[in-house]
Amino acid sequence: MTKPGHSFVGHSVNRVDGHAKVSGRAIYVDDISMPGMLHGRTVRSKVAHGTLKDIVFDAAFDWSDITTVTAKDITGPNFVALMEEDQPALVPMGGKIMHHDEPVALICGPDKSKVDAAMAHIDQQVDELPAVLSIDESRAANTLLYGDDNIFKAYTLEKGEGLDEAFAAADHIVEGEYFTGAQEQMYIETQGMIAHWQDESLHITGSMQCPYYIHNAMKSLFGLEDEAVVISQAVTGGGFGGKEEYPSMLAAHVALLAKKAGAPVKIIYDRSEDVAATTKRHPCLVKHRLGLNAHGEIVAADVDITFDGGAYVTLSPVVLSRGVLHSIGPYKCPTLRVVGRMMATNTPPHGAYRGFGAPQTTFAYERQIDKAARVLGMDPVEFRLRNRLNLGDETATGQILKNSVASEKVVREVMAQAEKEPPNDICMPKAVQDVKRGRGFALYYHGAGFTGSGEDRLKGRVAVAVNKQGEFEVRSASTDIGQGAFTIFTQIAATTLGVDVANVKVVQPNTKMVPDSGPTVASRTCMVVGGIVEQAANGLKEKLQAYGESKGLDCGDVLALAEAHAKDVGELAFETTYKSPPGIHFDDQTYRGDAYPCYGWAACLVDVAVDPDTYEVTVERCIHAVDVGKAVHPIIVKGQIEGGTMQALGWALWESVLYKNGKVMNPSMTDCIIPTAMEAPELETIIVEEPYPHGPHGAKGVGEIPMDGPAAAVANALQDALGKSFDVVPMLPETIAEVLKGGPA
Amino acid sequence: MADFLQPQTLHAALEARAAHPDYLPIAGCTDVMVGFSHQAQPTGFIDLFGLAEIQGICADDGHISIGAATTYGDILKDPLVYESFPVLSEAIREIGAVQIQERGTLGGNLGTCSPVGDTLPVLLALDAQVHVASSKRGSRLVPINDFIVGYRKNALAEDELIVEIKMPLAPEGTQQYWRKVGTRRAQSISKLMMCVVGRLNGKDVEHIRIALGAVAAAPMRVEKTEAVLAGQALHEETILAAQDTLASEITPIDDVRSSAVYRKEVACNLLGRFLNDLGGA
Ligand SMILES: Cc1cc2nc3c(=O)[nH]c(=O)nc-3n(C[C@H](O)[C@H](O)[C@H](O)COP(=O)(O)OP(=O)(O)OC[C@H]3O[C@@H](n4cnc5c(N)ncnc54)[C@H](O)[C@@H]3O)c2cc1C
Repeated sequence: MTKPGHSFVGHSVNRVDGHAKVSGRAIYVDDISMPGMLHGRTVRSKVAHGTLKDIVFDAAFDWSDITTVTAKDITGPNFVALMEEDQPALVPMGGKIMHHDEPVALICGPDKSKVDAAMAHIDQQVDELPAVLSIDESRAANTLLYGDDNIFKAYTLEKGEGLDEAFAAADHIVEGEYFTGAQEQMYIETQGMIAHWQDESLHITGSMQCPYYIHNAMKSLFGLEDEAVVISQAVTGGGFGGKEEYPSMLAAHVALLAKKAGAPVKIIYDRSEDVAATTKRHPCLVKHRLGLNAHGEIVAADVDITFDGGAYVTLSPVVLSRGVLHSIGPYKCPTLRVVGRMMATNTPPHGAYRGFGAPQTTFAYERQIDKAARVLGMDPVEFRLRNRLNLGDETATGQILKNSVASEKVVREVMAQAEKEPPNDICMPKAVQDVKRGRGFALYYHGAGFTGSGEDRLKGRVAVAVNKQGEFEVRSASTDIGQGAFTIFTQIAATTLGVDVANVKVVQPNTKMVPDSGPTVASRTCMVVGGIVEQAANGLKEKLQAYGESKGLDCGDVLALAEAHAKDVGELAFETTYKSPPGIHFDDQTYRGDAYPCYGWAACLVDVAVDPDTYEVTVERCIHAVDVGKAVHPIIVKGQIEGGTMQALGWALWESVLYKNGKVMNPSMTDCIIPTAMEAPELETIIVEEPYPHGPHGAKGVGEIPMDGPAAAVANALQDALGKSFDVVPMLPETIAEVLKGGPA
Repeated sequence: MADFLQPQTLHAALEARAAHPDYLPIAGCTDVMVGFSHQAQPTGFIDLFGLAEIQGICADDGHISIGAATTYGDILKDPLVYESFPVLSEAIREIGAVQIQERGTLGGNLGTCSPVGDTLPVLLALDAQVHVASSKRGSRLVPINDFIVGYRKNALAEDELIVEIKMPLAPEGTQQYWRKVGTRRAQSISKLMMCVVGRLNGKDVEHIRIALGAVAAAPMRVEKTEAVLAGQALHEETILAAQDTLASEITPIDDVRSSAVYRKEVACNLLGRFLNDLGGA
């Protein structure tokens, strides 16, 4: 029995999902079977752009036990509801195919191998159209895909007056162009979903991050009321953003099939379909100009950002916004202009991926900052410390940083660690001679929670309850996708209630049972939703104590109160809605104000070794200090930082999604390379805690920030090692060979 | 359902092979299983995994022989191999990762005969011979250079199986070099592999074998490049001339793993490095 007042926060309690997962008992969507369940497949387009004339089902094939669905079977509005109504669930006949591997029809049947065989008997008649396959082609707007300029969305952020004058007066100008490529999330569990209809209501279970996004999309597609759609999350094997928006599409497909077939339908993507068709990190081109004065200060910045959004709007405007807002970095700059735009192309839509636009612009500014230090002949770390934002300073949007700034601390922590002996866990093989070595550094920040006024619009809700059995339940729509959400909610709720973690259960999200706490994205789950959990737990505790007082019970023992209440009265729930902390305002029109309630800060140091014969890079050392406000669960936090760091190093050095005519050419784990443990150095991870006064126990986000900076640190290290400028992600050996052959840096 | 035969002797296996030309011999199945995701299954299988007669490693009359169904894991454990042919051990250590090494066999690598079969350049540079057999025509020894015929194509007849791989022990003073350039350090398909086996007499090149993979339709020995070096004193100009010849002798392509330009450049770099090392050895 734990004493009231005991805190589980800051302790690495056993993960609540751990046992089931390591013992193989966790039930993922593909483990679920239902009586009469059918297996579905998606028929996908074979061109990047065209008009769908007809879909022909081979008359010679036996279709008797196969159900087919085309857009004709969609009776309601044919789009997957998200930000805009542009993306159809299935391309209608006569409609436009906007990208390769776009869904055009669905089939299902009882025998999986027969369904697979049927796929070869479906023909598409298409009038092909010229495809727009790059940012440049999209901007040229010779072929229009969206509006009259192919721009899904544009933002301008300005600060100070007289940008041209500021550049004219600058002692040095540093100019660069940076391109970062698409990146595949490569979650272990591919996307999958099951649907069944029961008395006119739709039930969907699957792998997902955001149950209420799907809820919303299904209500719209089938014209159903709230209660007639029930979305539940199965145990989910990773998301990294890849299961933020795409699952709504898959849900639409299983629901359409199940409706027509009159039976439950399951679709599980195989790896090649998943990589070919689902969202990836947006490719991005950044032109970045910095003006410096002779004292080594940044006086002006002019940034031009173009993202490749792919074929539909999806969530891209929000990605753009985060990219724009992070493009100056954690540095003081009195005069600046940032122009950002999101372009339409005929590639599968790009979408959410850990970092959400910030890694792309962080790569650009942290390369620029490094080059600026070089131009000034300053130590790159000293230059960063001189220009960094501090408490009381003003960000690019005019936000005054009133609390929770760790810009200096993360740098000092990294430098102190660098003084220590390296772990030497992985080095260039001994046989390799004339190895070139270099060191790179990066400092950056990441806005925690939804951008701008997003949280005010979302109004996330959480209930903490005593159920009929007298157990405590946390009811939220925030999913555990492997990041440990349920464990930290348990810790926060137990600590607030004053009970043991074993007495608190987090309900597996299901839209019938849990209120909408908002999507599981944007590093908001601990900081924002965890805060609502804390408030709801407090509210419940007060109610229980009031009940106890009225009954003359011992109000110190909350567990006993809960049991008494359950026995005598029944269930008791307390629901709380998120309120932004006072004094936080952002203007979405002018892009001025408090872009985020707070920021996480991070610094990363990377040592690289380059093989002079093969140009292969070994990351020999990676020190990463990340400020998370408060590490509610230190092991989970460390895992998040290490995982994010490896994804970032992977993006920097190995990961490349190859497209040809808009089609992914390497849709497999064999060819779409991500690093393995063999590429991973012993990561030297430092957790920094600069509390955020409005987060639960001071916590802010950790999920995304470690993704932002390491790629720039790698490029900076490569420049140190090889004396050339590396401005493209990924920095494959092929790219390095090419840069080395080029002229002087 | 496909038929599944598990012969207990080599003789029975060869009989089965002759009786069922449409059945697929399988050993570790690490190549075969991957194929199932995009090609039709055969009507039957002849399982050779664990067939004792074609497993194991032995030394005789100046050769080391490795049974076709010997797993990589077993080859790695054998001191005969890593003492005599360190390049083979090095190549095998980088195949897939430990799970694949416990199933995959040397015979399977030859059976698939892929341009990215990692052991093939090593076997080429070591002048290996492939011992194959059929129930009707008995055995024959095929020099590795003739065994590899083309893109995923070997000299095995329809009724033949690979029995063992024989490698001659090299004379004292022979140096061996190997490098796999993959997409990453494990679970990686090669962008390029190179194996060099050579011996100097004073400064002069007395023996030289240079073999590469992933630079043409099949793993290959670069005989023109070898000819530039054979009998010559190994100094800077000879090495440059050999690199030049190599660049024109190989025909790498652009694919999802790398580019032709990179492959050519790295092949030349590695050749230069190995020849310098040979000169300095
Ligand atoms: C994850 C993974 C990673 C891999 N990594 C590598 C790598 O790094 N480098 C590399 O070179 N390969 C790699 N491979 C491919 C594969 O492991 C090797 O080619 C291996 O040597 C195949 O051996 P096996 O015994 O599994 O062959 P199988 O798959 O059983 O057979 C392969 C072919 O050889 C034929 N065959 C097998 N034995 C005989 C015989 N005795 N006589 C006649 N024909 C025969 C079969 O009919 C078949 O055509 C990898 C495979 C996987 C799945």
